[in-house]
Amino acid sequence: MITFDNVTKFYDSQQVPALSNVNVQIDKGEFVFLVGSSGSGKSTFLRLILRELVTSRGQVLVAGRDLARIHPWKIPQHRRRIGTVFQDFRLLPGKSVNENVAFALQVIGRPTSEIRRRVPETLQTVGLTGKGDRLPEELSGGEQQRVAIARAFVNDPAILIADEPTGNLDPATSVGIMKLLDRINRTGTTVIMATHDSTIVDQMRRRVLELDKGLLVRDQTKGVYGAS
Amino acid sequence: MRHTLRETWSGLRRNLSMTIAVIVTMWVSLTLFGVGLMTTQQVDLVKGKWYDKIEISAFLCVKDLGQYPGGTCTANQDTTDAQRAAIQKALESNPEVQKVYYETKADAYQQFQQTYKNTPILNTLTQDQMQDSFRVKLVDPNNYEGVVQELRAMPGVQAVQDLHTVLDPLFRALNAVKWAANGMSALLLIAAALQIGNTIRMAAFSRRRELGIMRMVGASNTYILLPFLLESLVAGVLGSAFADGTIALGKYLLVDRNAEETIKTLRWIDWSQTGVILAGVAGVGILLSVVPTLIATRKYLRV
Repeated sequence: MITFDNVTKFYDSQQVPALSNVNVQIDKGEFVFLVGSSGSGKSTFLRLILRELVTSRGQVLVAGRDLARIHPWKIPQHRRRIGTVFQDFRLLPGKSVNENVAFALQVIGRPTSEIRRRVPETLQTVGLTGKGDRLPEELSGGEQQRVAIARAFVNDPAILIADEPTGNLDPATSVGIMKLLDRINRTGTTVIMATHDSTIVDQMRRRVLELDKGLLVRDQTKGVYGAS
Repeated sequence: MRHTLRETWSGLRRNLSMTIAVIVTMWVSLTLFGVGLMTTQQVDLVKGKWYDKIEISAFLCVKDLGQYPGGTCTANQDTTDAQRAAIQKALESNPEVQKVYYETKADAYQQFQQTYKNTPILNTLTQDQMQDSFRVKLVDPNNYEGVVQELRAMPGVQAVQDLHTVLDPLFRALNAVKWAANGMSALLLIAAALQIGNTIRMAAFSRRRELGIMRMVGASNTYILLPFLLESLVAGVLGSAFADGTIALGKYLLVDRNAEETIKTLRWIDWSQTGVILAGVAGVGILLSVVPTLIATRKYLRV
């Protein structure tokens, strides 16, 4: 599904690479935790998959496609196959829950009939049935993150990228979010989640990729947060 | 599509005062731009007409001029045939001269009658008071001074009239108008372009959250760009339309209804030339709204 082939990424302003010689293969349907301290290269890793960045050396392949070679006009098509969730939810404040989720389908030109069907379905999946007319500020943090996940998932993407999705949530709420991500993963969606939350990683026992100063220092199946 | 139109509309409403400012700036600058073009055309027309016609006239002596006839005339005497022949020969052998016409008193009188028919001036002159003249067409209308000097020195020439002394100040004035209009319109057009760029930049900035999400979920660049493009196009098209309307009205009121009727001897700019200018103004207006928008939104479309 996703292949990093000897990937090095330099930022223009810096001498030290944000990622250096990273080799990793993530298969379809995997659940992967990306751990490491701030500045270890987690965000760079995710942004390379989204094709917000291109590699300095090496290749990133998603679904067999070399991202450096896709035409800039085709990048939106690429992003439609990837759902993204952030720590800060990134919902539109003036729009209701329904509208926020529908927005993701509207802007890629999906027909209204499909939107009418998919939005309630997805809200049910994330456990927000009956809250479609609420505004984001009327919801708790956990609920807001569920809306963001619904928006990322409504288009049935092959990959879900979550950058610290529980970073702003209390432990109990985080567990709920993780259950939801796990459920989404079980439908066949590849999930890549960057996190600092050791409890979650240790509980879930999924594959762990650890980055340190741009180097991939650990790739462990059923791993834990801290190196043993 | 519905989303695009709704976004365009809300964008226009949100920036109503800026949009109006843009439209007015576009209107004024494009009108000036059009006026500059019209003036250029008109000056060329007038120049062509005058420069095509006789550039230098040498009026010969007549008895009627009396005691002090002026020029190289002898008092109370017509130019002699020998003098006439000498002038003709001198002109024909001058390389600067393209063509020489000889206009008799009778021709001149007839022309005079034609020009002033139905006016009281008609009866103030008789044929005997008219002068014979040589009308000289030059190879290059700008090289007139040598021929004028030569003619002034020839015996039997009462006066040499060269239209340059009359027309040059006029053309200088018209040129000044033309360049002033062009310069001012250039400045205003730059201002209008910057204003549109800024308006769209502000609109994009105020919607950066939405734009970020749109890019994240894979909305196409066209989809993201279209509301902004339409918003500036509305301003551009309205500005161009007002400018074209103003220019057309000006052409109708000042040229068709006024100048053409009072100054019939000149050729005035016609509607087909005006049409080309109106189209040019509209084209510049649209370009001026689209290009700054593309530049201003580039940052938000970069993937």
